[in-house]
Amino acid sequence: MSTLFYISSIVAVASTVMVITRYHPVHALLYLAVSFLSVGMIFLSLGAPFVAALEIIVYAGAIIVLFIFVVMMLNLGRETAQQEKEWLQPKVWVVPSILVLILLVEMIILLFSDNKDIMRISVVDPRKVALSLYGEYIIAVELTGFLLMAGIVGAAHIGKHKRSSLHRFLQNGENGNGKAHTGVPPEQVSNEQTVLHD
Amino acid sequence: MTDSAHMVLMVATVLFGLGLIGVLTRKNVVFMLISVEIMLNAAGLAFVAAGSKWQQPDGQVMFLFILAMAAAEVSVGLALVLQIYHQHKTMDVEDLKELRD
Repeated sequence: MSTLFYISSIVAVASTVMVITRYHPVHALLYLAVSFLSVGMIFLSLGAPFVAALEIIVYAGAIIVLFIFVVMMLNLGRETAQQEKEWLQPKVWVVPSILVLILLVEMIILLFSDNKDIMRISVVDPRKVALSLYGEYIIAVELTGFLLMAGIVGAAHIGKHKRSSLHRFLQNGENGNGKAHTGVPPEQVSNEQTVLHD
Repeated sequence: MTDSAHMVLMVATVLFGLGLIGVLTRKNVVFMLISVEIMLNAAGLAFVAAGSKWQQPDGQVMFLFILAMAAAEVSVGLALVLQIYHQHKTMDVEDLKELRD
């Protein structure tokens, strides 16, 4: 266990250092995926296979895909073909591929070895996790549901692409005070007049 | 077993420190969000290591909560990033000073 753990933790630290020193977001995301995979490998060597699967599915799957979507949407409209040609040079993806290959060899050794010295760990199985999660932590599970709901609603509300997205006070400040004062009040007066005449 | 638990906690500390350095030094909003993800991941690693040391499922339960919180945080944060880019055409936090006195 310890050798596999040391190798995967070295890979994790190295890829995280590469994440925070990259200048390009896509390169940083590539190394971030390697970092999440290696942390998942650490979980597997700690005896938590369920959490390792969740780490790979949610972190290395969903969150990385969200980041990549946002980076691609921010770079929309420019010479994207030239940019992708620059991004996919071999010196960009060779080092992450080597790190991932190290992790893959490690996992194959961990899964297909009958030697009990490597897997001398006691696994906290998902059954105990599920019983604890839906037993004593049921309130926290429901609060997490509320949190995810609030996240969905908040993201849908914030991400709405409005044409004039500044607040009206800020717009008045930008346009100048005279135009703002002439703009808003006559509508109210006309509304009141129509209401009174009706 | 305690030795390996100490090593896992040290690795989690190093990852958390790297994420903190990333938050403090980078000026791009996307990189700051990435560094926050690294810090949350390191916190989850510490929880799972503690749960593995005492053979209790509570650490993995806490990791599930951290996972859900990170997913909600990154969705709202990336929506904010898109909105900031549409309004200001920049990702630099030094240029986003509308809330500064």
